[in-house]
Amino acid sequence: MGYEEVEHMIEIIKNTKIDFMSYRKVAFIVSGILSLLGLFALIQIGLGKANLGVDFAGGTAVQIKFHSSVALQDIRVALEKGGLKDFDLQDLPTENKILIRVKKQEEKIGAYAETIINVMNQSFKDKKPVIDSVTEIGPKVGARMRTDALMAILVSVICLLIYVGWRFQFRFGVGATVATFHDVLAILGIFYILDKEINLILLSALLTIAGYSLTDTVVIFDRIRENMKKMIKETIEDIINKSLNEVLSRTIVTTLTVLLSALSLFFFGGEVLHDFSLAIIIGLIIGTYSSIFVASPVVILIGNKATIKKKK
Amino acid sequence: MKKGIMWRLILLVITSLISIVFFLPNTPFFDYMPKIWKDIMPNKGLVLGLDLQGGLHIVFEVEGDKAVDIAVERISSTLKGILEKKKLSASVKTEGSQIVVNPSNAEIRNAIEKEYPILVPNESGGQVRYKLTDSEAKRIKDTSTDQVLEIIRNRIDQFGVAEPTIHRQGENEIVVQLPGVKDPKRAIEIIGKTALLEFKIVDDESPLAAELPQIIMSNEEEQFLQKFKTRLAENQQILFQRIINKETGVTTKRPHLLKKETLLTGDLLDEARVSIDQRFNEPYVSIVFNPAGAKIFEDITGKNVKKRLAIILDGTVYSTPVIQERISGGNAQITGNFTLEESKDLAIILRAGSLPAPVKTLQNVTVGPSLGKDSIEAGKLAGILATILVVVFMIFYYKLSGLIADLALMLNILLLLGAMASLNATLTLPGIAGIILAIGMAVDSNVLMFERMREEVRAGKTPRAAIESGYKKAFWTIFDSHVTTLITAAVLFQFGTGPIKGFAVTLSLGVSINLFTALIGTKTTFDLIHLKWDMKRLSI
Repeated sequence: MGYEEVEHMIEIIKNTKIDFMSYRKVAFIVSGILSLLGLFALIQIGLGKANLGVDFAGGTAVQIKFHSSVALQDIRVALEKGGLKDFDLQDLPTENKILIRVKKQEEKIGAYAETIINVMNQSFKDKKPVIDSVTEIGPKVGARMRTDALMAILVSVICLLIYVGWRFQFRFGVGATVATFHDVLAILGIFYILDKEINLILLSALLTIAGYSLTDTVVIFDRIRENMKKMIKETIEDIINKSLNEVLSRTIVTTLTVLLSALSLFFFGGEVLHDFSLAIIIGLIIGTYSSIFVASPVVILIGNKATIKKKK
Repeated sequence: MKKGIMWRLILLVITSLISIVFFLPNTPFFDYMPKIWKDIMPNKGLVLGLDLQGGLHIVFEVEGDKAVDIAVERISSTLKGILEKKKLSASVKTEGSQIVVNPSNAEIRNAIEKEYPILVPNESGGQVRYKLTDSEAKRIKDTSTDQVLEIIRNRIDQFGVAEPTIHRQGENEIVVQLPGVKDPKRAIEIIGKTALLEFKIVDDESPLAAELPQIIMSNEEEQFLQKFKTRLAENQQILFQRIINKETGVTTKRPHLLKKETLLTGDLLDEARVSIDQRFNEPYVSIVFNPAGAKIFEDITGKNVKKRLAIILDGTVYSTPVIQERISGGNAQITGNFTLEESKDLAIILRAGSLPAPVKTLQNVTVGPSLGKDSIEAGKLAGILATILVVVFMIFYYKLSGLIADLALMLNILLLLGAMASLNATLTLPGIAGIILAIGMAVDSNVLMFERMREEVRAGKTPRAAIESGYKKAFWTIFDSHVTTLITAAVLFQFGTGPIKGFAVTLSLGVSINLFTALIGTKTTFDLIHLKWDMKRLSI
């Protein structure tokens, strides 16, 4: 009884004894770079230099679908002739769609969108333009959405810290919070480097990842807590290493199932959710990495010396 | 033990059935149901958000300050009457939201302040300036927002949109959602137009009138006004009429010198409808005043025979017919090169009434119907694919136990759709993403338990004991992980708008239901199997 059954299990990972904590210096360098990148992106967002979506920056975005392909250059020329300045054009991966964005804010919104639609209807009549969507955000609403977004991130991180701090020891709370911030910053930084648009949909992806990555961290902490009760003589490094190895296959499998969902969303979910699912995919990978290589090392880093020095 | 399983089974079956009933209206099967079912049972189901079915989401700000200015203007003209009646001579002017009375003496102030306790005086340099008390100004702003809301609702009703959502947001904002609107530009124009209809007399007798040019270019307006500003008397103003050359399509403007006083406004309208001019085959709007309005109109026309009457809408002159004779009965016409559609819309707006204060568009999101349709199709495909991938993976990795987890996953999806339909929740595009991610996360709880069970089996426990302790040990971990996701979803719900709220709803419902399906659903199945076949080996 017992062992025979184990033979039938399909396992990605079996009885690993990886010394995760020995990599923590490398991990700190990698995470430091990622976090700095995120902070830099955050500052750029604050300065208005990042690729902010119209929902945050204010302005006008018009997406148009054509019957047959149109060269971006032709559209640029037509719009300039129509008197429009300071706009950017973006080709959408799906066929014959373009996104025109005017980031300059208007006191009274409506004029830019009207100009764009009129120009398109006149200049490209033969390509049968269809207006997919129009988004006009006044400066007041844009500013409000920015504050709301910042508040959302802060409030959720604080709530999570309180919850984890309540369920676990304080230092675990700090470890989890650092890891969560790290994930959010890393995705932000990577999106900044990729020059992807930073908008409301990305925000919801960020918060989803914050929650999900924390789930991962909590599962690991749960095991560490359990093992701390059993392994009184071992060092905290050993306890954490053992715990990480024990839950490793679980960590990988759970990430994998969500990754399967996110990948199908990325490839088949349509253009609007494309960047959202990209953020989720990046976030899943970084979140899994951070619960192993960021959250637990931080616990060691700020753990009281008494616990750490408990040598065999 | 046996009894416990029984109850849990019944619970699972009942919740599934309820979910099916609620979600049925969103499936093609609903069409085949008998009529009595459609009448009695839930028939609304999930509502598609604007981003999926196309439509218009627009946020207006009511410019309450302007409503205060208008109220002050009104008080000022009543004050003139009061002072005249009491034979007190003083000039009464408005400057923005202030009324300036000159000269200031006890008698005049007394007369004014007794009548209007809501005015706060500020005397200096022989004149007195009045402004409204803060509470009165606030009340006016507040009421104007409510009135605008009411009028916009009327206009939309008359325009005819299925299931519009119109509500107030914060102090002075109004959110309008119009699903499936075909012509968003026209809808915005109908909703957002102030539609202040005014009647004034054209001041042809003033020597200045002869100096005004017939036509100026439409971009010269500012310049032109600047030039004549200093020469206007206190009771005069210049407004423009838009002239469109029918052949070239070029718009020019014709300035009119008017007497500033508004003799009559559209408030006193009874009816407005479209008629067609027989001779020119041109549409116009004919209006009928109510008895009070008709009386005033009769007075005005009687007093001003052979003069021109300017008909002004939102500060633009539409026509200036010569008054031939006293007009009783209260009928008038608004002409001005309208298309049929424009005149129809104008009639709608006039019937619904003018806005007590102008509105400013803060936000406008319009989604065309085809984008929404594409998004739904893509979402369906991604959802089905995600389900298949996860289901296959679980069976491959956990064998029979994986199959049990898959059943729980199906139950999870069914209950999630049912719960959303029962709340008549709005399904948005990010909401679809939330469901698809929830599919991947749904099996996580089972993965946690299975991995625990494997550890127990490795430790040499019997299948029965492995299942029990696997569940017990994994419970708090699962609970914690669900709470963390719920916290972020709650925050998103609090701070998010429209589509993001939809995402928060699906995510939090998905996670909560998962707690139920993973803990009750899979456990019951395991128990049931164990009861029937006394497991010798755990297929995990």
